[in-house]
Amino acid sequence: MSERSVVGRRVRKVDGFKLVTGKTAFTDDIALPGMLIGKILGSPHAHARIKRIDTRRAKALPGVHAVLTYQDVPRVPHTTAGQAWPEPSPYDTYLLDSKVRHVGDRVAAVAAETRAIAEEALRRIEVEYEVLPAVLDMEHAMDRGTAVIHDEPDSTGIEDAARNLAGAIHRELGNVEEGFKQAELIVEREYRTPRQQHAAIEPHIVISWLDADNRLVIRTSTQIPFHVRRQVAMILQIPVSRVRVIKPRVGGGFGGKQEMVIEDICAALALATHRPVKLEYTRHEEFFMARTRHPQILRLKMGVKKDGTIVAHHMSVLAATGAYGGHCTTVQGNTGSKVLPLYRSPNLKFDCDVVYLNAPPAGAFRGYGCPQGFFAQESLVDEIAHELGMDPIAFRLKNAIRQGDVDELSAQLGEGRKGLPRVIRSCGLPQCLERGAAAVGWWEKRNGGRRGAGRVLHGVGLACSMQGSGIAGVDFAGAWLKLNEDGSFNLQVGATDLGTGSDTVLAQIAAETLGVSLDKIIIYSSDTDFTPFDVGAYASSTTIISGGAVKKAAEKTRDAVCCFAAKLLGASPEDLTCRDNRIFAAGGKSVTMSEVAMFAFYREKTQVMEGSSHFNTDSPPPFCATFAEVELDTETGQVRVPHLVTAVDLGVAINPMQAEGQAEGAVAQGLGYTLAEEMVLDEAGRVVNANFCDYKIFTAKDMPKLTTILVETEEPLGPYGAKSIAEVPINGVGPAVANAIFDAAGIRMRRLPIRPDAVLQALREQGKAAR
Amino acid sequence: MNDLVIRVTVNGEPRRWTVAPGDLLLDVLRREGYWGVKKGCETGECGACAVLVDGEPINSCLMFAAQADGRKLLTIEGVATHDQLDLIQEAFLDHGAVQCGYCTPAMILCSRALLERSPKPSEAEVREMLSGVFCRCTGYKKPVEAVLAAAHAEAAATSGARTRSGAAKPTEAAASGATKSRAAPRRAKR
Repeated sequence: MSERSVVGRRVRKVDGFKLVTGKTAFTDDIALPGMLIGKILGSPHAHARIKRIDTRRAKALPGVHAVLTYQDVPRVPHTTAGQAWPEPSPYDTYLLDSKVRHVGDRVAAVAAETRAIAEEALRRIEVEYEVLPAVLDMEHAMDRGTAVIHDEPDSTGIEDAARNLAGAIHRELGNVEEGFKQAELIVEREYRTPRQQHAAIEPHIVISWLDADNRLVIRTSTQIPFHVRRQVAMILQIPVSRVRVIKPRVGGGFGGKQEMVIEDICAALALATHRPVKLEYTRHEEFFMARTRHPQILRLKMGVKKDGTIVAHHMSVLAATGAYGGHCTTVQGNTGSKVLPLYRSPNLKFDCDVVYLNAPPAGAFRGYGCPQGFFAQESLVDEIAHELGMDPIAFRLKNAIRQGDVDELSAQLGEGRKGLPRVIRSCGLPQCLERGAAAVGWWEKRNGGRRGAGRVLHGVGLACSMQGSGIAGVDFAGAWLKLNEDGSFNLQVGATDLGTGSDTVLAQIAAETLGVSLDKIIIYSSDTDFTPFDVGAYASSTTIISGGAVKKAAEKTRDAVCCFAAKLLGASPEDLTCRDNRIFAAGGKSVTMSEVAMFAFYREKTQVMEGSSHFNTDSPPPFCATFAEVELDTETGQVRVPHLVTAVDLGVAINPMQAEGQAEGAVAQGLGYTLAEEMVLDEAGRVVNANFCDYKIFTAKDMPKLTTILVETEEPLGPYGAKSIAEVPINGVGPAVANAIFDAAGIRMRRLPIRPDAVLQALREQGKAAR
Repeated sequence: MNDLVIRVTVNGEPRRWTVAPGDLLLDVLRREGYWGVKKGCETGECGACAVLVDGEPINSCLMFAAQADGRKLLTIEGVATHDQLDLIQEAFLDHGAVQCGYCTPAMILCSRALLERSPKPSEAEVREMLSGVFCRCTGYKKPVEAVLAAAHAEAAATSGARTRSGAAKPTEAAASGATKSRAAPRRAKR
């Protein structure tokens, strides 16, 4: 690895200059003449039919250019989930509908000269609702007699609409019933996880207009430009060739923008007015009208031998998808497929029901079902290890999946189609455990789960986790390179940089492969007219899949360059090597990349340009060991985390600095999920804490000391050995903290977020039980 | 109500704006081409809209444009000199403190204000200052490291030479309020 000149380096982001100087870069940083402001009228009711809607007074308001209701737009069932076609989510959503299914659901949309006029126009829309009973309790959503949320005849892909069942999954490997008979200890527990908000600092925003060629341009803060293009074309019934989607810099996504949230309605307003239209969410609207993490109730039952060998494992999940079913089976599928196989067990069973509720719709969120599943599983194995008197690290090492293993469960739980078995070709989990334990001071700081005297108790806890790198057999990407006179290259990729640094990482891969310096790569990404296809930024796919396409395209380009260089050097193309912006013959003679370019252009009349597509038939998991140190105040119930250690096997780190940043941001969201973040709904389905004062994300003062350890392994399926790191570090935070609380005080917290009042309650009950 | 004409100095340049009484400073700044000022919540909770008003970090979504009449403003556009970056900007790039970049202008401006007031801040002081700017990408670790590194670099530069190498002259000219705050710290240390 020491011979690599660009890959593996802590280089500055290629887009960093414009970000630190505040140059125009984000969706909103343009002023289009004649631009109108779009606003959506959101439903005040959680569940209602629109009996009558009258927009005449709104249309009559001076400065209003369009008012749209379900009567004005095509009715095309679709999903808003950003997934490859055919999307494995119910087609249960409509651009505008005559029924509303959550507080904030679309009733109408307006475009007006100013925001004030648009807001006044919303107030002038007269709506008569037939209010229906709101279904808000996920544990009773399927009861007989409960109101049916999706009673429309034209939706498809719903498991059982009459029972509000959006999706269901049932898989088994081996026979758990038989397996439990072999167990010498069986532990069964229930866990609950909350609705979490992405809270990207840049809200959802779209600007849409018809360009000079009468094509619809959509400039949007999105993770999925190509899926948006396909879906908007379908919903508005115009050809894909008439739509262009541009993704500028994005101010955070985290899965909340792996969704076609408002592009369709903004485009519809642009088509209706023939003017540019900007539609952006306020922070308040983000909480009502965007997406959330799926809340889950998980029941786990695990059977082990006295020596700690797992013999059977059964996970049952009840999840709520909210009003619409985007990602409902795939997120929950992950809760099974990425979590259960962490431990070798001959008998595995996964059952899951995903129900509709009259609540804000759920969708993709970093971790994608894994934070829920690992909270449950890692808490349970910690409990089992303690029962057996076994060290938690030893229990993990004994049972964990290892290099060479085959994960068969993945074959059963593919994304909407038969999956592919997963072979573990790289696994650094043992080193993650070893180095993480040393960094947190595991052996010195373990308390043992017995509550001592003193007001503040201390403990450490551990959790292991894994994820995937891209969706096997589904995710794919294209990349294109062309050579310029000065030996630089334009690199065009569909890959979607959300601030994750993928533009930088992909440029590094191209530069390394071509033998040029990083400044010789000019990367342009995520414009459906100018860049090849890419599924978008999700499933931790960009480095491994988009990077794979870039590496292939760069190899082809390098070969083409060498053909021309060979003529200049009087050598054979196979005998040439590229490095330091030069091409070397075996004897030491060389030409510069620029000389080759000028020769190719002006002597050979050729533009050197090559492209490639790439996908994988496997999804190599990154592995993570998370260690949390906690301080628990027995008088206030408050839990502080002074130190959090994350040790990640990410394959090879293309840019270690960016990789660390991904881990650090992921654990900050994980800490919020564990200790502070929960969207609270009232009895009428309204989000009660729809602002940053009452929905608390971690600030710079709340963060613990973070130690990030990159454990490098070589993954054969990744460019230069890379896997991924974007999601996995979020998974272990919840269980590591919960396990540390047990270590400190002997209480088990099985519900996230872990609130001080719940901790005090648990301490009190423990005190009673002791007496 | 009628529109008002106000005069402000932005990044050392005099400006004359016509604003409605209810116009927020955030919206007027963006309307006038200062795209680096970001909108995140409009309720003063996230800090993305922070600008320096007479050297003091202010949420521009909580200030009417009319209230800026006669004041000196510093936005991110005024921190670098042409393409010569300020030491804080260099440190943010070198330390990987920028991911999506949406909160970056606010972080840099608030850091600039802190270093004017407290040239050798402790990590706790830096975290206290940065707690006014929400970041969902970085976990704050690298931004804190970058600010401490910039403080160190500035201290080395000022002790080594009279002028800061590569430092932004506009921070000295436009935010003359900064020299005021060096003499009279606005916040007591906790």
